[in-house]
Amino acid sequence: MKKTSITRKIFLYLTLSFLAVIFLFPLVWMVMSSMKDDFQIFRDMTSVKAFLPPLPNEVDGGYLQNYILAFERVNLLKYIMNSLIYTIGIIIFGLIVNSMAGYALARFNFPFRNFWLAVIIATLIIPPESIFLPLYVLVFNLGWVNTYTGLIVPFIANAFAIFLFRQFFLDFPKEIEEAAKIDGCSQLGIFVRIIVPLTKPVFATVAIVLFINHWNDFLWPLVVANDDSMRTIQIGLQFFMNQQPVQWGQVMAALTVATLPMLIIFIFLQRYYVQGLAHTGSKN
Amino acid sequence: MRTHKRYSLKTQEGKEALTGYLFLAPALLLLGIFLLYPMGTAFYYSLTDFYILRPNEKNFIGFENFQMIFGDAEFRQAFSNTLYFAFLVVPIQIGVALGLALLVNKKLRFKVFFRTAYFSPVVMSLVVVSILWTFMYNPNEGLINEMLSLLGIPEQPFLTSPDQAMNSIIVMSVWQGAGFQMMIFLAGLQNIPNHLYEAADIDGATTFQKFLHVTLPGLKNISLFIFITITIAAFKLLVQPMIMTQGGPLGSTKSLVYHIYEVGFNYRDVGYASAMAVVFTIMVLVITIIQRIAVKEERG
Repeated sequence: MKKTSITRKIFLYLTLSFLAVIFLFPLVWMVMSSMKDDFQIFRDMTSVKAFLPPLPNEVDGGYLQNYILAFERVNLLKYIMNSLIYTIGIIIFGLIVNSMAGYALARFNFPFRNFWLAVIIATLIIPPESIFLPLYVLVFNLGWVNTYTGLIVPFIANAFAIFLFRQFFLDFPKEIEEAAKIDGCSQLGIFVRIIVPLTKPVFATVAIVLFINHWNDFLWPLVVANDDSMRTIQIGLQFFMNQQPVQWGQVMAALTVATLPMLIIFIFLQRYYVQGLAHTGSKN
Repeated sequence: MRTHKRYSLKTQEGKEALTGYLFLAPALLLLGIFLLYPMGTAFYYSLTDFYILRPNEKNFIGFENFQMIFGDAEFRQAFSNTLYFAFLVVPIQIGVALGLALLVNKKLRFKVFFRTAYFSPVVMSLVVVSILWTFMYNPNEGLINEMLSLLGIPEQPFLTSPDQAMNSIIVMSVWQGAGFQMMIFLAGLQNIPNHLYEAADIDGATTFQKFLHVTLPGLKNISLFIFITITIAAFKLLVQPMIMTQGGPLGSTKSLVYHIYEVGFNYRDVGYASAMAVVFTIMVLVITIIQRIAVKEERG
């Protein structure tokens, strides 16, 4: 009896470890290769050295050589700045616009309220991939191609975010607002000074979801920001990958840099992200 | 008239209605302009011969574009490629995600480590993993062929072979995405009340019986949600083939959205691309509706 449970345990941990290797080895290879020159990447590939950092005597220009060269070869810094402007722009305007809409749908009585809620939920079904062409024509006619406006404005309003805010505000006790109303606070005042500070977690969740979605965005930046000075990091990576001759180590360095912001978010803000995930899952 | 009277601005209700609309207006306007209006123009363009280089010569041509779709061999190939991708990715990814969630949900040492390891590919963008795996799949000096050769398996062509390219993309996609659904399954597993398992223990249920009669029913809603989101995401396949294979070799990885992109942006045939986009939208809608009905019937 006891023996079988021990073999079982060993088998369980072997399975878990094997799976961990499967899921981790590409990541480890990427980071380790970003510190090696191409000759060493190929030489190490035949052994376990592929997943180990290079020895100090194996790197001529220092561990960060590929990073420096990658930033020199293409405009990586500009791409990262563009991505930051794009994502942070959407987050700032998105939090304002969507939280106000969610608050209106949760708290105020007005004609056609349920109709608008239904319309907003229905737009969730429209795949963005099916409208990018007419959206491009629209943005082109507005003269917004290769501008931050063209990148940001179409994605400020977000039905999912509105819905998330609405659900959160519905669960929020009404009494606090009523007390403020009696004290003569305006609706906007109540929202800005009382609701927002007390519901920071939902703002954090929405901000993180928006950041992740748009940091990783590909199709829209690809069509609307085709000038090199407007490329976001994802588009820049694709461009860099196709620059001949392909420098594996430098591309690996660029991939690592592009992943860093996401990594930081997951390490420090995982709690909010998982909350958002759980919320999405349980609501459907 | 009645509404007008009831919502006069002098009354309390009237003021509340006005404030409500002021709060809602920015979002509604933006959604209208940048989502609903393009949706409408997509339908309109699909009935015209709109060509980007001569925008002023738009002619109404009825359903000609839609008729063209049926004779378009490239569309048919893109359509069947997308179906193939979805039919394989959806069950495999759900299976892997559920398996991982069940493993990680046990009482374990290093639980956080294992969970984080399985989730880690989600942290990388699709572009990043596509570039990384293109290097790994390299037929001559790629990491995967080097690892296979240690096991005595001969070199595989992977992305350079029409037979293996789509399967290679499928493996990568499951690897990248499963950790995300694992987290959602985990949340679902933790919501199953413990007393159900205790009751099953008292009845002398085996581990497998408990899985079949307690775990699976408890995960039903979450599984349907995951099923819908993965299916729709699979139909939107674009980034992987665009970066890894450019739709090749021999069009074996060209997806629907990729085909629409090429016709619209490379050939500038907005009319025809819009018609295909409309067909694509209807497909996604049909999938969503069928699955919603299935959910309702299960519950009813």
